[in-house]
Amino acid sequence: MAVKNLKCKECSTEYELGASFFCSECFGPLEVVYDYSDLNPEETRRRIQAGTRGIWRYADFLPFEGKAGDPLEPGMTPLIKADRLAERLGTGAEIYIKNDAANPTHSFKDRVVAVAIAKAKELGFETVACASTGNLANAVAAHAAAAGLDSYVFVPANLEEQKLLATDIYGTNLVGVKGNYDDVNRLCTQLADEKPWAFVNVNLRPYYAEGSKTLAYETVEQLGWNLPDRVVAPIASGSLFTKISRGFQEWQEIGLVEGGQPVFHGAQAEGCSPVATAFSEGTRVCRPQKPDTIAKSLAIGDPADGPYAVAQANETGGSIDAVDDDRIREGIRLLAETTGIFTETAGGVTVGVLKKLAERGELKDGEKVVVYITGEGLKTLDANRDSFALTEIDPNPESFESKFGQEVVA
Amino acid sequence: MAVTVKIPTQLRATTGGQADLTAEGATVGEVLDSVFAEYGDLKDRITEDGELRRFVNVYVGGEDIRFGDGLGTPVSDGAEVTILPAVAGG
Repeated sequence: MAVKNLKCKECSTEYELGASFFCSECFGPLEVVYDYSDLNPEETRRRIQAGTRGIWRYADFLPFEGKAGDPLEPGMTPLIKADRLAERLGTGAEIYIKNDAANPTHSFKDRVVAVAIAKAKELGFETVACASTGNLANAVAAHAAAAGLDSYVFVPANLEEQKLLATDIYGTNLVGVKGNYDDVNRLCTQLADEKPWAFVNVNLRPYYAEGSKTLAYETVEQLGWNLPDRVVAPIASGSLFTKISRGFQEWQEIGLVEGGQPVFHGAQAEGCSPVATAFSEGTRVCRPQKPDTIAKSLAIGDPADGPYAVAQANETGGSIDAVDDDRIREGIRLLAETTGIFTETAGGVTVGVLKKLAERGELKDGEKVVVYITGEGLKTLDANRDSFALTEIDPNPESFESKFGQEVVA
Repeated sequence: MAVTVKIPTQLRATTGGQADLTAEGATVGEVLDSVFAEYGDLKDRITEDGELRRFVNVYVGGEDIRFGDGLGTPVSDGAEVTILPAVAGG
């Protein structure tokens, strides 16, 4: 057990390991602190390799005082070398797709929720809740059902139908808030202050965010205990982006992997790009925006970790770009056609930015570039409805010939 | 003009335990100043050099004041001003 306490990222005030998320001195975000001084790299590596198949193999780096686990263990999703995608992009870099749609509820949110709900149980909560743009809603409802906890899931009422249906099915209390995600988030921050509930991304946010580090750990293992040279990841609140970096950093500090921090490229949708805008203006201050994009899972206009995401892109020599809705649709199709992976709009944003980086010549020959695909295309079917083509024929060979112009083989 | 200022639990030690304060003012800045006059510790917690701290959000009737005129955002009689931590969500 290496977990120590909570600490303010701004003023370093320390707090006990409870359900709190902001510093009462300066309002800064709290983060989990560990003591890794007892960890021997060789022993730790053996323990990881002998562990479970998913995220619990990284228990040494997760915020639990006792033994943690869950029945729907996410993680160890495929890392696929995408040579045909690299070819289409005209780059000599090695492109790897980390397909996190291959989790129990088809997004990376299973990682953070598995950690948050296990922590909620450790802290004695009986009800869990969240403010969600959709993927989190699916994950909280499912993991709460698996853990036997009651749940309340708050979402913008205008969410994609697939995400609503795939939440309600788990028997949660699904609450559609008339407003955008930032309204939902404000409401949940108020409710978290009054209700004895574990809001996974409000009062349990410091623990929840730790789950994203497992994406970094898996990447290192799947690259044969090596670091990538460059990563491309989507930014909504900025938590995933900064925690992937933290994961790589921890393993370098402990001596589990050699090398330097990869270059970090962030991806946002133009219709909701407070972090990309701050980056391009050379400031860490992210002015809030009213989102208007098909990438609803990234539609956070007031990103909590925005300033840290900007700093990280700058410190690693990376960038934060935004792409418009057409580029997002194009990105979804490009990934599907070259890798067989159908991603949701957030993945379209990430692939769209990857393409932009290739066009700008930022991907170097031979370097390893890992692209984080965080969600499943079946959840945002409407995004590509207009480009859908079905050729109808009569059930006979002549009709097929007349449409497709091929010879019938007798 | 009387408005209600809603104080989150973690800050209620600075307001004698009160969750809702009644204050006067035509703008958010004036309202907060009228509250700070009575509860000086609250001022230190949520402001720095006369500005709101970076991780403090203030809403008037549910709308983030950064979409208005910041501390100059007008408040009408009977409005609700809410102070919340900004580090949630995602």
